[in-house]
Amino acid sequence: MIELAVYKEIDEIMEKYREEKTPLLSILQEIQEKWRYLPGDVLGYVSQKLDIPSSVVWGVATFYSFLETEPVGEYVVRVCRSAPCHVNGSLDVLKTLQKELGIKEGETSRDGRFTLETTSCLGVCGVAPAMMINDVTYGNLSEDRIREILALYR
Amino acid sequence: MFYRSHVLVEMTSNSLVRGAAQIKERLEREIKRLGLDQEIKVLETGSFGAALPSPFVVVYPDNIIYAPITVSDVKRIVEEHFWKGRPVKDLIFSPPEKGEMGTFLPYFPLSKEKRVVLRNSGQIDPLNIEEYIARDGYLALARVINEMTPDEVIAEVKKSGLLGRGGAGFPTGLKWELTRKAEGEEKYIVCNADEGEPGTFKDRLILEGDPHSVIEAMAIAGYAVGAQEGYIYIRGEYPQSIGHLKTAINQAREYGLLGKNILGSSFNFEVKIREGAGAYICGEETALLESIEGKRGIPRNKPPYPTQEGLWGKPTVINNVETLANIPPIILKGADWFRSIGIPTCPGTKVFTLTGNVNNWGLIEVPMGITLRELVFEVGGGIRGGHNLKLVQTGGPSGGTMTPDLLDVPMAFDTLSRYNSALGSGALTVIDDTHCIVDVVKNFMEFFLHESCGKCTPCRIGTKRIVETLDRISEGRGKPSDLEYLRYMGEHIKNTSFCGLGQAAPNPLLRCLDFFEEEFRAHLEEGKCPVNTCSMKAKTKILI
Repeated sequence: MIELAVYKEIDEIMEKYREEKTPLLSILQEIQEKWRYLPGDVLGYVSQKLDIPSSVVWGVATFYSFLETEPVGEYVVRVCRSAPCHVNGSLDVLKTLQKELGIKEGETSRDGRFTLETTSCLGVCGVAPAMMINDVTYGNLSEDRIREILALYR
Repeated sequence: MFYRSHVLVEMTSNSLVRGAAQIKERLEREIKRLGLDQEIKVLETGSFGAALPSPFVVVYPDNIIYAPITVSDVKRIVEEHFWKGRPVKDLIFSPPEKGEMGTFLPYFPLSKEKRVVLRNSGQIDPLNIEEYIARDGYLALARVINEMTPDEVIAEVKKSGLLGRGGAGFPTGLKWELTRKAEGEEKYIVCNADEGEPGTFKDRLILEGDPHSVIEAMAIAGYAVGAQEGYIYIRGEYPQSIGHLKTAINQAREYGLLGKNILGSSFNFEVKIREGAGAYICGEETALLESIEGKRGIPRNKPPYPTQEGLWGKPTVINNVETLANIPPIILKGADWFRSIGIPTCPGTKVFTLTGNVNNWGLIEVPMGITLRELVFEVGGGIRGGHNLKLVQTGGPSGGTMTPDLLDVPMAFDTLSRYNSALGSGALTVIDDTHCIVDVVKNFMEFFLHESCGKCTPCRIGTKRIVETLDRISEGRGKPSDLEYLRYMGEHIKNTSFCGLGQAAPNPLLRCLDFFEEEFRAHLEEGKCPVNTCSMKAKTKILI
């Protein structure tokens, strides 16, 4: 269950978008930025406050790959699977990460630190193969470099 | 404050992953340590294009480029060059062509390059509006407001022959005209910065290197069609570009270049940012509008087109970032000047992003009509590791496939479509002959499977069936009827899908089936991968 204080914070976020015509996506993005995922109760609350059917709110929350309805790790690792990364070894990057983190694509490590995902294109093909950890992009990945980078987050 | 020297550090997504932030920090520290901070100013700048290795540092007024450098080089540059006045020769960038070593202006890294869209990138601090203004920034907006009627603006853009650079190549002036003529007081300008096509990153570097050019163009478009509000829809994967845009919008507001009564006129215009949330389909213009409206990004029926019923049902212009960045120079220098670049059916320049198995990666702006051969072998420096070219995927997975025999076709919207290919966003993914065609096509098709929005059945289920079939083939479990099935399914998806994403999805599959049928057959009939790189190789190894 969500505490009262959290609802207050959600109210504050929604207040910021009062002037906007259709703020649902922006509101969900900002809530997620704060709590890293969108719990069912929160989605219900947003639906009530905006007077938008719960089905629509859930529809939006599950459509976009950056929005999570299940808890994710503290660090979300997204491996770029675009063609430029693919022909420069992105499958090896994925394998190395699976080995190092001990989780498969779509899973979260037991300690709740890491979630491993793939993404269609990060738009940094100039440094392929690439990955993103939360907001930070890393390129020119090799097995050693991945280990060095992960060490920063461990 | 007068500085004797300005040092520009490349701060882009590409350079940041290679330590540009640390380089800048170290530069400032070393300069301060030697007490030069009242004389030398460190600034940030955008990308400089394909030929400059990242990260680079440019020193003005000396016109010297250091590239690529690391944090450990900084101390030497500061002590030797800035303090003792002796440029560090071994760190100076050596251009691939003839020319004075490391000299910056008027020399451009590549003789074929022509910068219109990227005119300021790498040469100004994108976070300082005054540097943009100093290079005639917002002059086009001023001229439009003070000297031109909206119809004259549209006539000039139409005359320039500018075609939309997002991929479809629709005439920009016509789009503006349709929106201007559409009924209603409330109209919108939308900038499509949801650059999701794999292999494309031009919009990112335009926005990071010169955000004001896009904002100025949106205001010009607003004046021309009668809109008072603009939205930039930008993908969530680009936090750096979003930051630059926010800063730029605030500066433009402070200077009275956005907001009410711009430059003392009765024209009002506001720009807002909407962030995407990781959905490729939102680059499709009507799906993008749905997303701004806070809904699932699912494409709408066309017609009505956005020029009639767009954002919140109002007439809307949707232009790509690169298209907009062309507008201020067209206004300032005129349509005839613009038409003198490129080819008659497709004037102007195009920003290409060169990726994959070539020696030089990056973006390059060249006149339309350049050949693929020039791009891959001259700009790109040829194929990596001495391998041979197998194919170039132009415009990303949804674009077209070009084989080595098509290298001399001029690159433009109309010329490529004659070869059943497409210019698309300008992405060029070069693939060498060490890659198995089944594996490459599978990667493209997995992309469409993942990014299908699920609205229509052919795209949702069809892409799934194709990936399953390709999976089977690459694992050595293919059936003789598979090729026929792939063609049948591909044609069906192409002909019956609802939106452009679905209609384009089978393109790489169908093209590669035509070009590389033998290689597919080898997997099916001989049970082996001729190139020996797909998962079949792993299987054979286990068997042995």
